[in-house]
This record gives sequence, C-alpha cells and structure tokens, in this order.
Amino acid sequence: MDLSVYEPASLPDLLPLYYRRLFPFYQYYRWLNYGGVVKNYFPNREFSFTLKDDIYVRYQSFSNMSELEKEMQKMNPYKIDIGAVYSHKPSLHNSVKSGTFQAQEKELVFDIDMTDYDDVRRCCSSADICNKCWTLMTIAIRILDRALYEDFGFQHRLWVYSGRRGVHCWVCDESARKLSQAERSAVAEYLTVVKGGEETIKKVQLSDPIHPLIRKSLKIIERYFEEYALLGQDILENKQCWDKVLSLVPEAVRENLLRDFQKARSSVDRWERLKKSLGPLELKKGANSAKEIMLQYCYPRLDINVSKGVNHLLKSPFSVHPKTGRISVPIDVRKLESFDPFAVPTISMMCSELDNVSTIEEDQADANEGEPDVKRRTRDYKRTSLAPYVKTFEQFLDKLDQSRKGEMLLKSDLKKEF
Amino acid sequence: MVFSRTRQLRTTKRLTGDRKGDHYPFSLQFYQLPPTENISLTEFETFAIERLKLLKSVENFGVSYLKGSLEYNAKLESELRKLKFVCLAPNDEIDDKVYDIRRKDHISHFILRLAYCQSEDLRRWFIQQEMDLFKFRFNLLPKEKVQEFLRFNDLEYVAISGEEKDLLQHDLMNSTFGLSTAKLEDCEFYKVPFQAALDLVRPRKVFLSKGFAFIPHKDIVTLILNDFRTRLSKALALSARSLPVVQSDERLQPLLSHLRPYNMTSNVGRTRIPMYRQSFELSSKSFPLCMRQLHKSLREHHHLRHGGRMQYGLFLKGIGLTLEQALQFWKLEFTKGKVDSEKFDKTYSYSIRHNYGKEGKRTDYTPYSCMKIILSNPPSQGDYHGCPFRHSDPELLKQKLQSFKVSSTGINQILDLVKGMHFQLACQKYFELTHNVDDCGFSLNHPNQYFAESQKLLTGGRDVKKEQAPMESSQANPPSQVTSSLSSSTNVTSTQSEEMEDLEQILSEY
Ligand code: SF4
Ligand SMILES: [Zn+2]
Repeated sequence: MDLSVYEPASLPDLLPLYYRRLFPFYQYYRWLNYGGVVKNYFPNREFSFTLKDDIYVRYQSFSNMSELEKEMQKMNPYKIDIGAVYSHKPSLHNSVKSGTFQAQEKELVFDIDMTDYDDVRRCCSSADICNKCWTLMTIAIRILDRALYEDFGFQHRLWVYSGRRGVHCWVCDESARKLSQAERSAVAEYLTVVKGGEETIKKVQLSDPIHPLIRKSLKIIERYFEEYALLGQDILENKQCWDKVLSLVPEAVRENLLRDFQKARSSVDRWERLKKSLGPLELKKGANSAKEIMLQYCYPRLDINVSKGVNHLLKSPFSVHPKTGRISVPIDVRKLESFDPFAVPTISMMCSELDNVSTIEEDQADANEGEPDVKRRTRDYKRTSLAPYVKTFEQFLDKLDQSRKGEMLLKSDLKKEF
Repeated sequence: MVFSRTRQLRTTKRLTGDRKGDHYPFSLQFYQLPPTENISLTEFETFAIERLKLLKSVENFGVSYLKGSLEYNAKLESELRKLKFVCLAPNDEIDDKVYDIRRKDHISHFILRLAYCQSEDLRRWFIQQEMDLFKFRFNLLPKEKVQEFLRFNDLEYVAISGEEKDLLQHDLMNSTFGLSTAKLEDCEFYKVPFQAALDLVRPRKVFLSKGFAFIPHKDIVTLILNDFRTRLSKALALSARSLPVVQSDERLQPLLSHLRPYNMTSNVGRTRIPMYRQSFELSSKSFPLCMRQLHKSLREHHHLRHGGRMQYGLFLKGIGLTLEQALQFWKLEFTKGKVDSEKFDKTYSYSIRHNYGKEGKRTDYTPYSCMKIILSNPPSQGDYHGCPFRHSDPELLKQKLQSFKVSSTGINQILDLVKGMHFQLACQKYFELTHNVDDCGFSLNHPNQYFAESQKLLTGGRDVKKEQAPMESSQANPPSQVTSSLSSSTNVTSTQSEEMEDLEQILSEY
C-alpha cells in the first residue's frame, strides 16, 4: 500500500503527527503576534476549530505560542479558522458584559472559489479543478495583487492556496487590519466587476470612460486570453458554447456573426471575427462588448461577504483540507505561473516522507537526544516537501518585520525633531 | 502631505443680540457652534417637533424614491417649505424672515442632538437623516457660493499641483465622467486617503493610487459630507457623556424623551397574527415576483444561499409565519436536498431563531423593503435573491412574464418601466395585470405591502391593516401624507439595516 496517497479516513491518525512534528508554530506565531507591538494582539485573537464529526468550536484563544501549540496538539483540529482580534480574550466572551465584547481588527481578506466560475469553464464543475481552469486563479491573483498594491497601497499581501479549489488573500498592513466594515466593503465593491446572479446573462457592463482598474486588469487578461480561453477552454468551439458568447454581444451584429462562426474553423478565428464585427459599430453601445466578454470569462469573482465583516472567519494557512488532505500553503507570487495545486503536499505524503528519513536517522541519532523541541520541529518540516512553502511564508514575515522597523525608526526620528 | 485643512476656532462669533448679524450667511449650516441664546420652552418644543417631522420625511422620501432623483428633490423641497425650513432670499439679503428660519434650523438641530445622542441606534438614525438633508441642501447652493461656504466653515481642501496632474492625466480622465483634456486643465483635484471618499470608491468613480483618492472638484460634496459625518458623530458622542446633566433638568427631561418616538427594541412581530388560514400554496399567489423566484428556487434546489434565506425568511415572517412554522418549513425543504436533519439543526436553525430575535442580540428583525432589496447586496453567482425587475436580464424577465401568461402589451409596458429604472412601478404594473385592476391604488415600496394588498383584493378586504404592521418602515401610506405624529411607534429603517448587517455576518459564516 502506498502510504503517501491520501485517504480521508486516515486523517485522525495523521493529524497528531502533523501538529507534533510539522506544523510551523514558530512562524505562525511570529505572524499573528505582529512583533508584539500591540499588547494582547495575539491573546485576543479568535481561532475556531473544526473537530471530528464536524464539531465546530468557536472563540478559542491562546495567551502565547506554547499555549496554542499545546492546545492544538491536544485537540488535533481537522480544520483551523482565524477570526478577528477582539476587545477581550475570546475564550472569555461569555463572561464579559454583553455588548462590550467586540471585534476590533482583522486582516483584510479575500476568498476566490472556483465554483463561482462554473458558468464560464468547460473543463470541470463545482468542487473539481484541473490545470486548465487553474489559470483563472492565476489571473485572479495577478489582477487583485496589482490593485491592492497600486491602487490601495497595501504592501503585505499573503496569498494562500485553500487546499482544494480556490485561493485566499490576507492583507496584513496595519492600515488594512484597522479598516471598518464599511471601508472593507467599499474596497471589495471597488474590486468587483462581474455582477449578477443566476438570473443575469450579461454580468459585465462597462461605462465610458473605462476606469483605470478595468484597463489595467484587461491588460493582464489579454496576456492569458488566447492561451487560456480560446485554446484551453475553447469557448467558441461549437454552436452551444458560442451561443453563450453571442448572447453577450449587441443584437445588431448577432446574426451576421452566427453565419460567420459557422464558416470559421477555430475559436481563435471566431474571436477575431467577433472583434472585427464590433469594431466599426455605429451604435456606441456595444463597442466594448469584446472587453466585457473577456472580463465576464476571466475577471476574478470575489465572495464579497467574506471580505466585508471584521469578524468573519477564514480558513487558516497551514490548515489541512480534510477532503483532499492538502495543506493550505502560501503561494509565492513571484513564481505564480509555476504554482501547481496538484503538487502541494498532502498530509499523508509528508508523514511518509518523515518516516523515510527517520528510519535512516534513528540508527545514528542517539547523540542528539535531549534536543529542544522547537529545534527538532524546524528540522522536521525541512525534511518534507512543506519546506519551500514555509520559506515563502518566512520571506513574507521578514518583509513585515522590515517595514515595522522602518516605521519605528521614522517615529523615533520624528520625536527627536520636536 | 498634500492634503491639509486649517482649523481655527471662531471664538468671536456669538449668536446673541444683534439679529441682523452675519451669523447665518448661507442657506445651509455645518452646525459647528451651539446656540447660546435663551429660548422659551414653547419655542423649544415647536422647533424640535418640526425638525423631527422634517427628518422623518427625509427618511421616508429616501425609502420611496431614488435619492437625488427629480421626484425625491421635489418632494423634499416642498416639505422644507411646508415646515418653514427654507425660504428664498432675494438678492442675498438676510432679512428678519430669513434670519428666523435659519435660526430655527440651527437651534432645532441642536435640540435633536440632545434627544438623539443617547444610544448607538438613535445616533445612527439621526446622522443618516441629517446627512441626507445636508447633501440635498448643498446641491442647491449656487456654484459661486461653494468656496465661500467652505471658507466660512474652515473647510479647506488643498488641490494637487499642476505637475502631479499632468503626470496622472490619463488615469484622472479615465476615472472622471465627461472630462475632456481641455476641461482637465481647469479642474482641480484633491488628494485624500481613500477612506474619506468611500461613496466614490465603491462605484469606482474616482482614481485611486497608493491608497489615495483623487477627487475632482465636482465631487467635493463627498469630502464635505464625510467631514460632516465625522464631526457630527464625534459631537454626539460628547453630548451623550454630558447627558446626565441635561436629563436632571426637570423641564427638559419629559420633552426630550417625548422626542424619541422610536421604540428601538420592541418592534414588529410582537403583534404578529397567525399565518393565513389558507394553505401556504394558496397565499403564495399573492407573492411578488421576487419572492416567487426565491420560492421556486428553494423548491427546486432545496437550498438557498444566505442572501436568499434572509430576504425570503423575513418576508415569510412578515406575513405571519411563526418561529416554529419557519423552522419546520425550512427544515422540510433543506432536508429534501443535501442537508440532513442533524446538519440543519446545527447550521441553519440558529440563524432562523436569530431572525426571530431568539438568539444573539435578540433583536426582532424586520422584512426588507423594495429599496433595500433593489439597492443593497445585489445577487451574485448562485444567488436568487434581489428584485427581478432590477436584477434579471430583460430577456429572462420577458420569458418569465410570458410563462406567467402576462399579455404582450403588458410585458412591453413593464419592460419600458424597467428600462426607465422604475422598478417598483414595473412591479406595480405587474400587480395590476395579474390582479385585473386598472389602478392598484397604492404606491408600492415593500414586498409585504404587495402581499397585503393582494390579499385584500383576493379575500375581499378583511383584516388587512394589521398585516401591514411588520414592515421595515411603515410606508403603507403615500409619503406625502406621512406627517408622523410623535407618539406613533414606527421602526427606523437605517437602524434596522445596520443591525441586519450584523445578522448577515453571522449568517454568512455558514
Ligand atoms: S419591486 Fe419590490 S416587491 Fe416587487 S419584485 Fe421588486 S423587490 Fe419585490
Ligand atoms: Zn478544469
């Protein structure tokens, strides 16, 4: 039997090992403690655990790293969610005067889920993903990451694979963590371009002039469109799928295009014809149709409710996905094109990697007995395929540290001047 | 930083004596300094009551009409005139009449501050109405007066330099409607943190760079309103602290509490009467299209996402579904689908009980009005909530109406109204067509009102008045008639919607 193939039933056996030897507690605490600048920032943070049989426990909180570590090793959660920093310790939320227990800060978060693209991908549906449609996530990250940085000025954006079919973004700048609910929803709405539910066919309507956000996003989509949509998804392959696209162009050109499309040979060819037929359009309406189609098929689709609430919970990085066994790992945006969701280690894979090395080492290891725990864990994850992802995470943390130091310097400098 | 504002206190200005002084040079005020003169109790009372009437009208119009639309403006203007909060000042001369009106504006605002500073809910309501009122008046201010007004109130926004403007030329033009290169030169832009201009950020009507928004001069009202809100909410928080002093004043105390007609905690649902005796399917004939759509999708998928659960669940509550019935109803549907009974109890029953005020903050939630459905939380992927007249593709809407056997002339009339963005009128037309009446005789602004009116027709008009109780804000009468007696206890829209958001947060976690 191949131990490295993940079986959901084996999760209870694997979790203790994962939390004892692999979970990067040190880095995790370093992140959420934010340099210890604000007292109680970590102790007042809500965690929630999903345990065996879908038992869901909210309002967990921990005074420090070792308490977090001990508790996680005791409870062995199937899934970990992170919530807000509250006015009081969340574990005491029942004992504080009602009304005074309030969510105060949280990272600004985004959740993009492949199921929301079901009407525009042909390869898979609902929870399934493949390398073809994964491009949608690549595009989403490119577009949002640019906007969060260039438009909103956020420096610290942690992108994380959700473990199954989507990605999350944690914006960790101090100013982002302090945003109010109204401000969060304004940011999310600004970034939302594809609108409408199951009763809407045309989900993107551009107005003139086209806002810089859209222009810049279109530039990004253009880089992927032919390869992804025309060749990969083949969105104009046959009548059934081109009818869907044609329902998005102005009626005036629809019939001509229908005839044209039958003559043409490939999606690429048909797309060219579509663009040409929209070019000289007399009616100003519809001049943007090609752009609107590109956006409807490729622009990131956000779950706005996740971003809005200060107290909304989101699955934590390095949590395991109980269905796939994959770890929620940070994504290195500089190497985004080479990120492969199917290469992300599963818990069973790592545990067997651990086994392999430890049997070899055990023979010669006696000398190292009595080594402190932390050190051993550092080494442990380094011997598995989790290592590069922890490295990405560390680089993110280093940057956070740097700007914190920079700010402190600035502040003390200013003080001196006065 | 490029953005700065100077603040000096105008200690020299006092509002006593000299009636002809230049205290009120403008038709609107920023209310920075409280009045210091003595006023009689009778005057105190009339001022307060009249301003409260005004603010309630502001709220009502905002629910019934699109803010800033022609109808909205006309209604508000006539209301201001009726309650004597405005009068035309010919050639800028401030005569006694104008002075009295502006003084009343000033004093009455401060009286209501006292009455409305006491709780978070009251403050929120007051701020919202005052902001809408301010915005309306600001838009009436002649262009050449704007700068003067800003200077008078120490509101100065520093524009970006010509160089910076040149550098950003393209982006600025692409984010500002109707701005040509030529006009760009004369147009000033103000650079502020994006948090100060959320109303422009949300619909992408402003250029953003590195966390700053570049506000064109024509949108300066957004910045001013933001300032207005910030200052007012700070001031209210301060007044709340000094309240014990005011409250101990025996003369003021009864007056002030009288001015708080809104009973903020108890509301709808308490007087709920039992569900219609007829079967559920029968009364669903009286459902407006939005609810029909939700009902259908629930029956088909045995599931609704949280936006749908809220909109439909509260509607059902409004027509009389009790908590027990609601739990039963939802459970029956959901367990036909992917959810087993245990999961239902664990995941969904909490939020239903929450809707009925049995969990969390124990607030009884009110059904959504059309305005709320049309304007907030639009449906996205996988959602069936919203207003079909607003959120469906015209083509799909047409098909749907055809399937309901609406005549083609009727369909065209409806689609024309939709095209003109008159969604509620379209819905009203649909009501008329499906109930075979020429004129429905009411102005629609609430799905529960639709239901009640339909039942009235179908069952011959018995017992409908009570049905209207559970509405977001009692909008059953045409707004012009709402002269709100102070003791009536209606609900407050803005408060309700704020609390709603809290509930939505809880729901969306599932
Ligand atoms: S107008 Fe109101 S009642 Fe009619 S469908 Fe829309 S939201 Fe529902
Ligand atoms: Zn796929």
